[in-house]
Amino acid sequence: MEKDYIHIILADDDEDDRLFFTDAFDELKMKTKVQTYNDGVELMNYLMAENAVLPNVLFLDLNMPKKNGIECLHEIKADKRFDDIAIAIYSTSSSEEHIEETFVNGANIYIKKPNDFNTLKKVLSDVVTINWQYHTSGLNKDNFLLRM
Amino acid sequence: MKAFLKFDYNLLTKKILEDKLTSFGYKFSILGFGEIEFYENVPEDKIEELREEFLKYGITIIENQKSVLVQKIKDAIHEMVYGEEILNVKVSVYLAEKLNHSYGYLSNLFSDITFTSIENYVIIQKIEFAKQLILNNKLSLTEIAFRLNYSSVAHLSTQFKNTTGITPSAFQRIISKRRDKNQ
Repeated sequence: MEKDYIHIILADDDEDDRLFFTDAFDELKMKTKVQTYNDGVELMNYLMAENAVLPNVLFLDLNMPKKNGIECLHEIKADKRFDDIAIAIYSTSSSEEHIEETFVNGANIYIKKPNDFNTLKKVLSDVVTINWQYHTSGLNKDNFLLRM
Repeated sequence: MKAFLKFDYNLLTKKILEDKLTSFGYKFSILGFGEIEFYENVPEDKIEELREEFLKYGITIIENQKSVLVQKIKDAIHEMVYGEEILNVKVSVYLAEKLNHSYGYLSNLFSDITFTSIENYVIIQKIEFAKQLILNNKLSLTEIAFRLNYSSVAHLSTQFKNTTGITPSAFQRIISKRRDKNQ
């Protein structure tokens, strides 16, 4: 049967943002397992390891030191092993050009980081819920685009 | 070069089921979408074999009663949204009559198991179908709105935007840019 939790990874260099993110998931009714990484290099090291447990959804901050979100996105999209992971861009930018570019490069979800905790909870809950439907109802992942 | 494919999912699943079950060697009949009946007793280890074989095709044998009912709800919605004839009945009436349970019961069960409401699931399915139709390039947005039983193009566009965060035309543009890029 389906496993009973949703596996989520976040790569973000801002400690407060990471904390808000994990706290928000703790308060949702869905069972989730959340892992966080501090930058793109740490994240890719984890994903590239041979026995890595791959997440259902991966949240990428765009501005990170060493390796930024766009670079991670390109590497992930170039590797067939990662085809089943839904990629969410998690960013402070809301430039239309930026958003469309990340979608064209293979991101499924674009989230403008909300300013307050309750909105964050609502947004993350919506994202995970709709992703769950793609996961369990055989919807076509190629057509999965969501902007929050 | 590239070729784009269109699938008849119903035929596809039915054909796979028939082929696999025939080679499985037990007498069976396919009762409808997502239900098969064996006319003789099939030992548990054989069912296990079948389960593994089916999994390769993304088919899961489910036995939990609640999951079975949720799957029936999903199938009924799928039939309603993707079916050829446009049904002018409320989803609640349609599901209650088809599955022989009160809508209140179905609706609570569905939310418990899937984390989303039936209403929301219907919208997701309709928007998914709209996406396919948009990408097929055969129908105009007006025709798609009619096909999916929306009162107007504006209604479809608004629901599309509310569900996905982007407009139908942005969706079409992004996917076609992606295809160009991957060529």
